[in-house]
Amino acid sequence: MTATAPLLEIDDLRVAFPGRGFRARPIEVLHGVSLTLGEGEVLGLVGESGSGKTTIGRATLGLVAASGGTIRFQGEDITHAGTAQRRALARDIQVVFQDPYSSLNPALTIEDILSEPLIVQGVTARDARARVLGLLDKVELPKDAGQRLPREFSGGQRQRVAIARALAPGPKLIICDEPVSALDLSTQALVLELLMDIQRETGVSYLFISHDLGVVRHVSHRVAVIYQGDIVETGRAATVTSTPDHPYTRRLLLASPVADPVEQRRRREERHRMALLADGGTPAGQQGDPAGEHDDPNQVSGAVAGWPGPAIRPEA
Amino acid sequence: MSEAQAPETETETEAADTTQRRSAFGRLIRDPQAVITATILVVIVLLGLLAPLLAQHDPNESALSAVNADPGTPGYLLGGDQSGRDIFARLLYSINTSVLSGLIGTSVAVAVGLTFGLIGGYFGGRTRFATEWLFNLIMTFPGLLLLIVLLPVTGGDFRATMLIFGVLLAPGVYRIVRNLTVGARNELYVDAARVSGLSSPRILRRQVMPTVRGPVIISAAFLTGSAIGVQSGLAFLGLGSTEVPSFGAMIADGFRNYYVDPLQFVWPAAFLGVLTSALVLFGNSLRDALAGARPKAQKIAAPSVQAGSPASRGEAGEALVQIEGLSLSYPTPSGGVKEVLSGVSLAIRPGETLGLVGESGSGKSQTAFSVLGLLPPDAVITSGSIRLEGRELLGLRERELIQVRGRAIAYVPQEPMSNLDPSFTIGAQLVEGIRATSGLPRAAAGKRALELLDHVGIPDPKRVFSSYPHQISGGMAQRVLIAGAVASRPRLLIADEPTTALDVTIQAEILDLLRDLQAEMGMAILMVTHNFGVVADICDRIAVMQQGRIVETGEVEAVFRDPQHPYTRMLLDSILDESHVRTDSPVLVAPGAEGPR
Repeated sequence: MTATAPLLEIDDLRVAFPGRGFRARPIEVLHGVSLTLGEGEVLGLVGESGSGKTTIGRATLGLVAASGGTIRFQGEDITHAGTAQRRALARDIQVVFQDPYSSLNPALTIEDILSEPLIVQGVTARDARARVLGLLDKVELPKDAGQRLPREFSGGQRQRVAIARALAPGPKLIICDEPVSALDLSTQALVLELLMDIQRETGVSYLFISHDLGVVRHVSHRVAVIYQGDIVETGRAATVTSTPDHPYTRRLLLASPVADPVEQRRRREERHRMALLADGGTPAGQQGDPAGEHDDPNQVSGAVAGWPGPAIRPEA
Repeated sequence: MSEAQAPETETETEAADTTQRRSAFGRLIRDPQAVITATILVVIVLLGLLAPLLAQHDPNESALSAVNADPGTPGYLLGGDQSGRDIFARLLYSINTSVLSGLIGTSVAVAVGLTFGLIGGYFGGRTRFATEWLFNLIMTFPGLLLLIVLLPVTGGDFRATMLIFGVLLAPGVYRIVRNLTVGARNELYVDAARVSGLSSPRILRRQVMPTVRGPVIISAAFLTGSAIGVQSGLAFLGLGSTEVPSFGAMIADGFRNYYVDPLQFVWPAAFLGVLTSALVLFGNSLRDALAGARPKAQKIAAPSVQAGSPASRGEAGEALVQIEGLSLSYPTPSGGVKEVLSGVSLAIRPGETLGLVGESGSGKSQTAFSVLGLLPPDAVITSGSIRLEGRELLGLRERELIQVRGRAIAYVPQEPMSNLDPSFTIGAQLVEGIRATSGLPRAAAGKRALELLDHVGIPDPKRVFSSYPHQISGGMAQRVLIAGAVASRPRLLIADEPTTALDVTIQAEILDLLRDLQAEMGMAILMVTHNFGVVADICDRIAVMQQGRIVETGEVEAVFRDPQHPYTRMLLDSILDESHVRTDSPVLVAPGAEGPR
């Protein structure tokens, strides 16, 4: 129940990757994930490494194939979109990747990188060039940046180029896959500010994928928490990131260190208390909290099951 | 580690780029080897093209008067061969044969190899299987032999022979292109291009081609050399048309006539030698220019202390490690010197945890590596001193440093996985470290390793002991490395971003572990990090670094409460903590759809 019309509806999405070795069984990394994202909304998707958060984004972009479920964009089923449909979708769905080094072709100038998607959409080369100037301005890069190569820019500047590329066709949805986690603290704040300014200005929706609760809390209207291929909690950003219902979210919250020595000490003690409680609640609980190691999913559910409270909060 | 290899700040990157921006061509014409070899090649090709003008005779025209004529005979600059043909004319025309052979062979090899390499690399599955199989098959053909066997088919025409030889050379190009394409296929920029709706041929042409272009051009230079060599070889064996002047045929003639006039064999051999070596050397220069290989930085000295250390201030007695006025530079390719540390002074007290904080390129890892004595060989310590319990570490010989490293000072790296050798078990690696620092016999060291693994909270030490690194998780691997680091009960543990590669839940556990170990062993920890949350969690004191300088030092709580330096304040303001919650409603571009929340 969101306040806005759904732009993206992911329903019971499953993704499996082929197992390693001959006739190995496929490994399912998403076990029926459902999400909705409204127009002009930012949905934060938080999870740890291997949780499948990136896979949700890649499936939406058509970079990995879904093995079950549906992805709808503006009501249209795009789960198994073909080349032609994808090309049309490229106008509406764009992406900003995590790694600003690998996401820009080192051999192309910034202008080529930015005009390529426009030319594919049928814009003439001259118009594309003019639009590139506007895009560079939008992401606060100097006008002469177009003639330079990616390696001449710092990580933050490259990420601005990647954002400009995503903005080029005027999309309705941008998948932001850890867009600031490779950046320095001060750069990170500036790039986030830019992303939010653009979002407020253009009303584009973000599916904002990150491992960092702080970042997600900062940019998202709503937050979904994913754990080992399942969404465990969804709700308003302020609620989920301050008074979470699900034990995993709580654990995640307590584990994220805050830059305040006094508050951090309080948190640490609370975390230790929780760990003791978990050990008492589940005989299987082991020393050193192996739950976090992801080695055995059963172990983790065991530890998590020790906690009361509904698994999924009805969306407010 | 990344910082250790690339100590650069934002401003320095820009400065370095102006030199880097010079195009590949610019780099090529500044390389004397490239200029000389290219000139030789151009002159040779021109000689060949101008042969009809320069030579006074047809290469196949024989005159009885010119049989074995001496060099300098009028009209016969280099004399005549045993059939009375003009050696000079034959040399010039042979150039054309060689150049044409090289061009045909190389273009066929590049055309075939490039096309199939792009296709086989970009499309996986059956397509790649088919191309792979085809080119493996071609590679099994014995090259020279096949060309000889096929002579009846080619009719002895060297052009047809070179066409076939080009196909035989293609697998080399195919492999290069395929590997580069497979690599590019996994790059995010190809994903981004796919998201932008680019078609596969366009992605191949616009995104992948530029990355394979360089290596293909380089290999083309070498292929040309080998095509010329093979053509000459076949002609030397007397295969192919005798009408066609060729270095190989001339060398063969010269050999037969060796006792009459040894020079007859020297001329073509010299020309062929100069031609092919110029090609290969030019190829090398091309590779340097295109692959962007920078000229090696001039090594001034091994990590060396240039200036004498300042007189000790007497307060050193209190500190475990006292760094004073440490300046560190790296020579730059342009011959200058880049300073990465400028007068860093820092004291680590026994048993405390000092957080060394800064952004990438601030020099925090360089400081840590200086204390460890693990700087790259081209690093130059221009001034300063590092004392461990009053003993100067700078200027110690490697043998003496080994006594310090791993015993008094231990190290926990950022990337746990890449710091474990994948080909040895965890146990073997731990035992080796323990034996090196303690001299325990193998069995005792093994027992100690198991104790340590248990000590760092590994649930099943025996299993982990006999596991290989890929069989354990990243968090486990970091525990293993910590176990190895504390094995010798060090007085200082240097942890370089020990939790950056880990998930937050595991980060919390590792920090707990470090805290527990510190309480137990009383060691000091130098925590190098960019994360203020980590500092708040574990550190007693903090030192903030910016561009090779320490701008602020203080007790953690005081610095967080009341930062003195504007840079510290700026960093602290950049942190997104609980107070930064987004509260505004979703933006609605479509009017009318707005509803109260």
